[in-house]
Amino acid sequence: MTSTNNTQEKTVNPEMKIQSIDVSAWFGQKQALKNINIDIKANAVTAIIGPSGCGKSTFIRCLNRMHELTPNAKMTGQILLDGENIYDKQIDPVQVRRRVGMVFQKPNPFPTMSIYDNVAAGLKLTGTKKGQNLDEVVKRSLERATLWDEVKDDLRKPGTSISGGQQQRLCIARAIALRPEVILMDEPCSALDPIATAKIERLVVELKRDYTVAIVTHNMQQASRVSDFTAFLYLGELIEFGPTRTIFESPKNPLTEKYITGEFG
Amino acid sequence: MAVIPLLSILWEVISRGAPQISLNFLIQNNSNGGIGPAIQGTLILIGLTSLIGIPVGILSGIYLAEFGNNKYATAMRSINDVLTEFPSIVVGITAYGVIVIALIGHYSAIAGAIALSFILIPIVARTTEESLKLVPNSVREASLALGAHKWRTTLSVVLPTAKAGLLTGTLLAVARIAGETAPLIMTILGNRYFFQGLNQPMAALPLEIWRDSLQPQASLQAQGWGAALILILMVLSLNIIVRLASRGRLKR
Repeated sequence: MTSTNNTQEKTVNPEMKIQSIDVSAWFGQKQALKNINIDIKANAVTAIIGPSGCGKSTFIRCLNRMHELTPNAKMTGQILLDGENIYDKQIDPVQVRRRVGMVFQKPNPFPTMSIYDNVAAGLKLTGTKKGQNLDEVVKRSLERATLWDEVKDDLRKPGTSISGGQQQRLCIARAIALRPEVILMDEPCSALDPIATAKIERLVVELKRDYTVAIVTHNMQQASRVSDFTAFLYLGELIEFGPTRTIFESPKNPLTEKYITGEFG
Repeated sequence: MAVIPLLSILWEVISRGAPQISLNFLIQNNSNGGIGPAIQGTLILIGLTSLIGIPVGILSGIYLAEFGNNKYATAMRSINDVLTEFPSIVVGITAYGVIVIALIGHYSAIAGAIALSFILIPIVARTTEESLKLVPNSVREASLALGAHKWRTTLSVVLPTAKAGLLTGTLLAVARIAGETAPLIMTILGNRYFFQGLNQPMAALPLEIWRDSLQPQASLQAQGWGAALILILMVLSLNIIVRLASRGRLKR
């Protein structure tokens, strides 16, 4: 937990996979994030919660440099990935995104590609497939995303031919095929039914064995079920951050309590 | 109501042109009562123009759609819009002044192809930009988030997704230039004989129709109707190919 605004004294914490230091972000003139300091622990699930428009998606999009792709978007502060600022001049954003994968709100498999090609897409598009057995990688990734048994006979079918929940797990398989270190999930279940949601949630908990996960959600039950740490954002500010149990059982800030008990949001 | 002009044109052309059609008419040169040179010339023109115009047009469209978030592209986009509506006779006279008079010194097939590609490029650029913009941004983001470079995303993800639109737009643009006449009068001039080289005057169907219709002899006028029918069939078949291609696309 970091509440200090003094960047100079902030030290690198080796236990933390990602440290965000005084991150502020704008869309044009509108400020979306104000001095956010959140540390994301390795091999744990960190949930970012808050009402719509509070900046939670913007925040995780800063973690893999996707934020800067939005026209007129801008950000200040530092994001340390294993202690190294990913916004340093000599760092290539493309390399950052290979280490920090992302799953989006709406399942977005490539519409022109088969299930197989969707999973292999990352390796092909980044030119990293050399020396890798594609069949092996596809199988392993789909198994990891608990989708293999459902699609193993239909690998040549279009990636968009399966159900929404399956498509979302396909997108997770596509992300983990590249063996990233961190997986960011931007409300991955908001377009899914409860059964598909339950499968993804189980998968998220599974994934933290090998990956560091940050998940954005506006569903508080989901945050309490899957996460180890929770950050509550409101109007672009970090209101409270700590172990999920503490946040949900004994929140320090009255605003957090109000949000969690459903008084607003 | 709207189909009356179309049907009357088709009726006129078919009833007057159809009796002309014969193997001899299609493959012989003008001295032997055929329009072979014009058919060959139009095919060569379409090929050459596509060769020059399609790559340039598609590349411009890609630039505008994927990298066009700057002042330079905004200017290019409005110039392109103006060019799309440009009177083709002006394109013809410009090609005449610059290529026919100044560069080559006489009428030539290549001058016609260059003039036609000036008409083709803005249309292809426009339809390319439009079809690329129809590709949802989530598809681009999915690729970029995997750590793919922007150019790789454009080539391997965005372009294939927009393939149907690109194909349709390009073929329709080609069909449009196949019937252009004005620029050809001032560039390739026409020729009674088969292809004689890129730097020589060449025949083409629109020119054939125009020339024949001005002749006093009934037989030549009839030949013009025949040429008109062939041109309509060529443009129509391009349109049918477009239909089939886009339907096959939807099924899959």
